[in-house]
Amino acid sequence: MKAASVPAPTYAFPQSRAAQITFVLLTVYVIYALTQLDVSLERVGQGLEHAGRFLGKMIPPNFARSELLWNGLAESLQIAVLASALGIVLALPFGLLGARNLMPSWVSWPARLVIVVARSFHPVVVAILFVKAVGFGALAGILALTVASIGFIGKLFTEAIEEVSAKQVEAVRATGAPFTSMLAFGVLPQVFSRFIGFATYQLDSNLRNSTMVGIVGAGGIGGTLFAAFQRFDYDFVSAILISIIALIMAGEVLATAVRRIFIDNATLRQLFRGGTPAHDRPLDDD
Amino acid sequence: MPDALIIRRLSKAYVPGKPVLHDIDVEIAAEGVTAIIGPSGTGKSTLIRCINRLVEPTAGEILFDGQDLARVSGVALRHARRRIGMVFQEYNLVERLTVMENLLCGRLGYVSPWRAWRRKFPAKDIEHALTLLDTVGLSGFANRRADALSGGQRQRVGIARAVMQAPRLMLADEPTSSLDPKTSVEIMELLAGIARSHRIPVLINMHDVALARRFADRILGMSGGRIVFDGPPDRLSEATLKQIYGGEDWLH
Amino acid sequence: MTATVTTPLSTSRRTWRRFTPAQRTGRFAIYLLLVIAIVTSLRTIEVIPEFLYDAPDQVVDLLTRMWPIAWTYYPRGVHAALLETIHIASLGTLLALVLAAPVGILAAHRLVPLWPINWAARLILVASRSVNSLVWALIFVGIFGPGPLAGTLAIAFRSIGFVGKLVGEALDETHAGPIEALRAAGAPWRSLLSFGYWPQVKPAFWSIALFRFDINVRESAVLGLVGAGGIGMTLDAALNLFQWDRVALILVAMFFVVIAAEISVTQVRKRLL
Repeated sequence: MKAASVPAPTYAFPQSRAAQITFVLLTVYVIYALTQLDVSLERVGQGLEHAGRFLGKMIPPNFARSELLWNGLAESLQIAVLASALGIVLALPFGLLGARNLMPSWVSWPARLVIVVARSFHPVVVAILFVKAVGFGALAGILALTVASIGFIGKLFTEAIEEVSAKQVEAVRATGAPFTSMLAFGVLPQVFSRFIGFATYQLDSNLRNSTMVGIVGAGGIGGTLFAAFQRFDYDFVSAILISIIALIMAGEVLATAVRRIFIDNATLRQLFRGGTPAHDRPLDDD
Repeated sequence: MPDALIIRRLSKAYVPGKPVLHDIDVEIAAEGVTAIIGPSGTGKSTLIRCINRLVEPTAGEILFDGQDLARVSGVALRHARRRIGMVFQEYNLVERLTVMENLLCGRLGYVSPWRAWRRKFPAKDIEHALTLLDTVGLSGFANRRADALSGGQRQRVGIARAVMQAPRLMLADEPTSSLDPKTSVEIMELLAGIARSHRIPVLINMHDVALARRFADRILGMSGGRIVFDGPPDRLSEATLKQIYGGEDWLH
Repeated sequence: MTATVTTPLSTSRRTWRRFTPAQRTGRFAIYLLLVIAIVTSLRTIEVIPEFLYDAPDQVVDLLTRMWPIAWTYYPRGVHAALLETIHIASLGTLLALVLAAPVGILAAHRLVPLWPINWAARLILVASRSVNSLVWALIFVGIFGPGPLAGTLAIAFRSIGFVGKLVGEALDETHAGPIEALRAAGAPWRSLLSFGYWPQVKPAFWSIALFRFDINVRESAVLGLVGAGGIGMTLDAALNLFQWDRVALILVAMFFVVIAAEISVTQVRKRLL
């Protein structure tokens, strides 16, 4: 950011011209967009009134239909687990084939294309298409989230591989190692911790998405939630929401544990004892 | 003593018409330390890297172990490479792996990929690695991560990795250029020691002439992509050095 | 704690293990958990074979109905909805930035050293990101009625958690040095924030904002499926009427909007960061 070209600045932190212009433009845009969306104070006011009533109906949450709730959650969990497993297994070869520093272009471009297409559509949209193809139920959800996983993990994996230090790989090549060993010892150690990072992120993301693909019929708690909304069972809705939040929080804890075990080489005791993991600790200055 | 490495009419041009190496002819004996000196950009590194085909020669022959290295490919090239150990200027260790795993990289040319992946190396390789660590003065470092080591320590690991291959030839591309003077001497002593104890030729590319004089049995001076001096260190005169490097100021 | 090299007394052979027994237990536990999870899921998932056998026919049917793509429908039905989607994404992201800032600050222990407040703020952030934007959209459609207002709020509320968490991590990684210096000079808390933390967090903040905007464009496109405005509503209408050629058009339009957003974000990133 360049400072404004004023002869003698009278204050210590001159605002750059570019930042000021951007701010003005953004404000203008916000006003314009609000009018486009037909947002009026009146509407907002009415809405807040509704919100009050809405929240009233949601509290206290009603856990009475626990079996329905539990089945929905279990199905969502299954969808997330299988989609992640399948997604990771398929993303690895695609990601590897898409790496331009390892593969010739006639191999890398098709692989990259597959990954881009897989990423382009929202999982819900993909779920709709799969529902048409394989019918309602969890299978559509699993396939949809697998596609999403391939897109996400594949892209990041390719990027990670393309960023590896060529020197380390060169040294392994110079020992006469076969191609797969060169990958295993030269390339993969460099990308491993990043891979665990985004694999666990995707597991989390799939868990989140698995709770809503049911809205379009692809299985999981989303269907239960949608039905509850349509019947105005708002107290059941809040029960479901709380369960979803709990499930996802549990997923985040698990993801952190996996990261600590595989990236920091933590032991189980270290996990439970807590404290700052090795790679999070601030570095000492030399 | 038969020659271990015979290079004939080796040429390399990265850009067609602008060769970096011009018709290099040299024979390396089966034992001893040979140092290649010369200014930057004169093709020393290219020459070394052509030998194990990290760089593709444009023309010429490289005869080693009964084969022309310039022509082999595929499995034969890998087999040839595993017989040639290389030490790099920036150590080129796999940072995320431990010292032991870096040493075992030296055996990757000999162990099947599946067993290598599962870290099931033969017991004698492990034993050899641990002994080598003692030799280079890094006992007890087997499970440190490579990125936790100092420059000198990393280069020792790099050398040990090359020796793990049981090579018939060692190449070193500016092995001391990233190290301080004291560590540089230690590394050169290591390399010279390996040349003696394993009785293999060691070809070192370097820019420190004093070090070259001290440790090499034979010096090759390169200038402009050609070998302009070839002989023992005591025959390396200031006049020749001036011819190789140009200018006088840097000598004093 | 690193792995060991053991020297058994009986032979002179030394062995080497990559991980200590304790580390291996942890790794094994995760592998076991994963295998159990996958196997259990496979066994209990309901797959109706008839649907599966039918799948290839369904796919062929789908593709034939999608072609030729209903290009002429674009100006009338799609264009305005696409613009609305972009507005939803932009306004939603901006609103999220404004709301996430205070919550993110309250959640950072280094800035607000009161654990109960930190936890409450973190709970808000977790809740925000655990609930999908589509579910938020359902909620806001229930409150404010169908339309883009619900969509904008849904995007905003979902993004608060995302932005808040990443900004929190960025705050954790700031250097303590400059903050200490300011504190030693007697700077009040607000100045610590604007002159100590903000300059360090600024690049990460904008990067996170752009990242979230990119994701939000994708999210905004589907909110209309539950009535929250944007191209999703057009999609919903076409799906309900089984007009697959229009569906195909909408999908193509969504694809290009997403690509356009990504390209813009990349350009802005290059100039800004």
